Formats: sequence, C-alpha cells, structure tokens
Amino acid sequence: MSARITCIALVLVLGGALLLALGNLATAEQSALHASPYVISLAGKYLCYAILALAVDLVWGFAGILSLGHAAFFALGGYAMGMYLMREIGARGVYGNPVLPDFMVFLNWKTLPWYWHGFNIPGFALLMVVLVPGVLALVFGYLAFRSRVTGVYLSIITQALTYALLLAFFRNDMGFGGNNGMTDFKDMFGLPLQLDRTRDVLMLASAVALSLCLLLARFVVHSRFGKVLIAVRDSESRTRFLGYRPENYKLVVFVLSAVMAGIGGALYVPQVGIINPSEFAPANSIEAVIWVAVGGRGTLVGAVLGAVLVNLGKTYFTGALPELWLFALGALFVLVTLFLPRGIMGLLPVRAEMPLPRAPAPAQAAASEAGPEGVAGADFGR
Amino acid sequence: MSHPIGAVSETLLYLNGVTVSFDGFRALNSLSLVLEPGEMRAIIGPNGAGKTTMMDVITGKTRPDEGSVVFGADTDLTKLDEPAIAALGIGRKFQKPTVFEPHTVWDNLLLALAGDRRPRFTLLARETPSERRRIEEILATIRLTEQRHRRAGDLSHGQKQWLEIGMLLAQQPQLLLVDEPVAGMTDAETAQTAELLREINRTRGVVVVEHDMHFVRALGVKVTVLHEGSVLSEGSIDHVSADPKVVEVYLGR
Repeated sequence: MSARITCIALVLVLGGALLLALGNLATAEQSALHASPYVISLAGKYLCYAILALAVDLVWGFAGILSLGHAAFFALGGYAMGMYLMREIGARGVYGNPVLPDFMVFLNWKTLPWYWHGFNIPGFALLMVVLVPGVLALVFGYLAFRSRVTGVYLSIITQALTYALLLAFFRNDMGFGGNNGMTDFKDMFGLPLQLDRTRDVLMLASAVALSLCLLLARFVVHSRFGKVLIAVRDSESRTRFLGYRPENYKLVVFVLSAVMAGIGGALYVPQVGIINPSEFAPANSIEAVIWVAVGGRGTLVGAVLGAVLVNLGKTYFTGALPELWLFALGALFVLVTLFLPRGIMGLLPVRAEMPLPRAPAPAQAAASEAGPEGVAGADFGR
Repeated sequence: MSHPIGAVSETLLYLNGVTVSFDGFRALNSLSLVLEPGEMRAIIGPNGAGKTTMMDVITGKTRPDEGSVVFGADTDLTKLDEPAIAALGIGRKFQKPTVFEPHTVWDNLLLALAGDRRPRFTLLARETPSERRRIEEILATIRLTEQRHRRAGDLSHGQKQWLEIGMLLAQQPQLLLVDEPVAGMTDAETAQTAELLREINRTRGVVVVEHDMHFVRALGVKVTVLHEGSVLSEGSIDHVSADPKVVEVYLGR
C-alpha cells in the first residue's frame, strides 16, 4: 500500500515538473496554460525544500533524531554550489578580476584562499556538495551518538551547530562573502542562469533528485537496516541488548540525511540566485521540522507533501498578509500536533510506512525500562 | 551446548565480590555467585535487594566499582559494553515486556536472530530460507504462529512476554537473564511460562529473577536469596524458606 503512495508521489513530482516545464517552454505567454518563470523558480524552490524535508524525516521519523539544525547541511551544500557559481563568473564580475570573486577584491584580498581552489571545476564542486555536509555530519554524529546524547539534548546541540555556523559565515574574514553571501551568478555548466530553458532544466533536475532521494530513503527504511533503525527509535537500550550498536545505525542514517540535505541546498542556490548566512538561521531548521510534522512524520511521502503545502501557504501569506505568516506557522504547528499527530498522511485510510508506536510515548518507554542512572535525560553525561 | 566434554565442569558465570554504589548507596555489596553451565537459577529478594542491578552488571549496562564478572572460561564482562556482551551469548529479558511495537511478530524475531549486526550487512540483507526456518521453529515454541503477521504492539501482555522470550531464543544465547517473567500473567500463562523456561533450560543456562514464590516453587530449581546487595541464603526452595535469616527479612518488617 505504501508502495502505491510512493508511486503516486513520484508520478506527481516528475509529471508535475514536466508539465510545468512544458507550460513554460511550449506555450505562448498569453496562454492560460503558460507557466511563468516565477512559477518555475517557485516550483524548483519547493522541490529543494522537499528534499530537505525528506532528509529531516529520515532521521526524525525513523531514527528518532530530532535535528533542529538540518538546514545547516542544506546551506553547506548551497555554499559549495555557490562557490562554484562564483568562480564561474570569472572576469565578468564588477571588478573584472578573472580569479577573485567581487567580495574578495572589495576586501582587498590579493590571492584566493586555499579552500576556494578547485571550485572552478564543476566535478570538484559537486563532490564538495556531498562531501562537506557528509563529513560534518560524520564528525558531529560520531561524537554525539557515541556519547549517547539523545532526545532534547541532541536537538539543542544540533541547534547550536547551525547557530555557530551562522555566526561564522557572517564574518567577512571567513572568506564566504560574509553578511551578503554570494550572488550575481551568471551561468552554470556553461548555461546562462537567466535563460528560461536553464531554469526549467534546474527545476526538472530538482524533481529528479527528489524522486531519487525518495526511492533511496524508501529502500533504506524498508531494509533490515530500517527495521533496526525503528527499533532504535522506539527502544534504544533494548536494541543494544540485542547486540546492535545504535550509534552506528544513527551515524549511517544521519550522514545519508545530511548528504541529501546538501544536494537539496546545491540545487536551491542556482534557482534562487543567492546564498547567504541567513540560510543557517535556526528558524529555517525548525520550519523544516514543521513541514515534516504537517505532512506526517515517518511517512517519507508526507514530508514531501508537507514541504510543498506549507511553502505554498507561506508564499501566499507572505504576499497577502506578511505580518501574519509567523503566527499562522506557529498555529499550524500547534494544531497539527494536537489534532493530527500523524500529519496529513494520517488522514489517509492506509498504513504509514512505519507507524509510530501508539502508547506509551517512546521517551516514557525508554525511561521506565531504564535502571537507576538510565532515565532518558541522564544518558547525557556518559 | 557445543562445549567439548572436558569443558563441561567449568562455570558459565562467576561473579566475584561485585560492588556497585550509586551516590553512596550500595546496590551490590561484594556479591558473589557461581552458575554452572546448563543450570537454571532463581533469584529472589525484597525490593532494593540488588536483583536488577546484578542483571545490569552482567549485561554491561552498569560497571561495578569493584569485583569481576567472568563468563565462560576467561571473559571479563566488566570490560565490555552491552552489544559486545549480547554478541557473546548473554540475552536479557526485561521486567516490562519490551518488544518493538510497530514491527510484526515475525520482524521482531528476525531482528533478534543471531547474525551479522553491522549496518553494512543489514542494509542489503535478505531473509534466507534458514532464517525463515528458525523463525518458524521459535514461533511454534512460543505459541505465536497464528500471530506472526500481527503488530507486536497489538499482542496481549502475556503474548508480548512470550515474544520477548522468543526473541531471546532467536539470539541463541548461552545464558538467559529473565526479569520477573510472570508479572501480570494469568495462572494459565504462568504455568505455560514455567514450562517454556524449562524447555529453554535444556540447552542453556537461565537466571530468573522473580517475586512470585509459587512460580519459583514450580520451577523447582536452586534459589539464591539476595538482601542488601549480597547473598543471604542459597539452596532449594524448601531450604531457603526454612532459613531463619530469610524468614526475618521477608516477614520481620
């Protein structure tokens, strides 16, 4: 049954993207079917957000890791892509320097920092898009999971992680454009970013990337690995007594999820035309969690649905009633938590990919089975 | 089970002078205990006697302040963590049944089956015919064949207890630690559980922590009475229940 839902989601994502691209290229501007460049870039943006939501659902819905810093991986992938796009500008920048991006010339830098080397090569940049978020997740996850940091403590340090990166990327001497970030991109892989056709290709590429991520995530959660992961989510210490090492399972899925988020960010940047430190803002990560909660935690397809629907709402609200958007988002989260604990997917008359346990709540179950020092929070110190 | 003849006389588990303190409270006080291979032992004692802490020490959840825990010939369990100890062949059943509720009965057993526990294996693992056979066997033993495709969360309390015992069997442990297996069970379920434990005991060592004296009597095995973190008395159920020290601890309050 869940296979059918995944198929429907894939058809909608790929078919919808294809129709929009056709609507943009093959119809006249006056036609009712015409998709304006604005609509195309909006759709592309939503698809990238959906990849981020999928990444969050993979760790939160299936491994119980409530990451409140996942936008950091999204932003890092975005920065890696931004660095490539900056180098691609070459001598066409305002200052006409063939090597240094404009902001470096402006800061009076004479040479390219070492970590900018190689980003003129597309293949290298694409490698960094997956490697940088992946390695950060590997190091962070290794330390956190090995020390058995779980629950709210883990959420807090993921939040701290993205906040630290936000502050770091704000600094001009980090060499990533500081407050302004990177923008004024000209072209990508030789295709001018202003062209409708390039934007259509990027939007389609986002749809394909989302579909592949969805299939991969589905494969992972339906494998025996995924079953162990759910066991870890619901009763970590029980899993340990069965002989599994929960820290290794969490690490694998956390890194996979970070790489997915990075790919989402890399597709996002050329479509919105800018990357700056505000992408690291903790609120972004929290918003991604809300998308997943609205769509349905632990359902994968729900995460995609939630990301698209909430962002449609956001686009409408921030245009029509800008001052009300944050209130609406907050109210949405409260209402969904209260009345739709399984999100929109919970309304469908079919079983979720992996239903969450009914009662007791996982945290309580873990606490009550634990010994004197094993109360959920007390695991923190070990 | 697969021991060479000469090794049979070795002990399966040897706790030597194990002491554990929590903030000054001595949960275990120089506890010593010897378990022979293939033995079933019942551990009784009032609340706070250290029964659960003893299980925690054996399974690696708690590290003792003093003393050693030797498994088999020469494996020091105090140096290992929970997954490593589980891999050695020590299974643990908790007081409260902890099965994986969203998974089916079948999947619960599949996850417990002895085998490669590393992510790189489980990512690509497929159910093999021999795994299927093992699961069928265990389902028959724990009388849950009919329930195999049900969510474990939908089982009755007694069925969950059996499923958990089945999961322990699937791990193929040499030693099974069972914490209050009949708490909350009906009389019929209690009798079936005693039978199940005896069946399990045919091939492996079992330690049962239990409050229910009728159940302990029904098991008919050697009993160790714990009190304030050390052994108060040891012997047959008739011997310990006649022991004046035990009478005082249980009734003298």
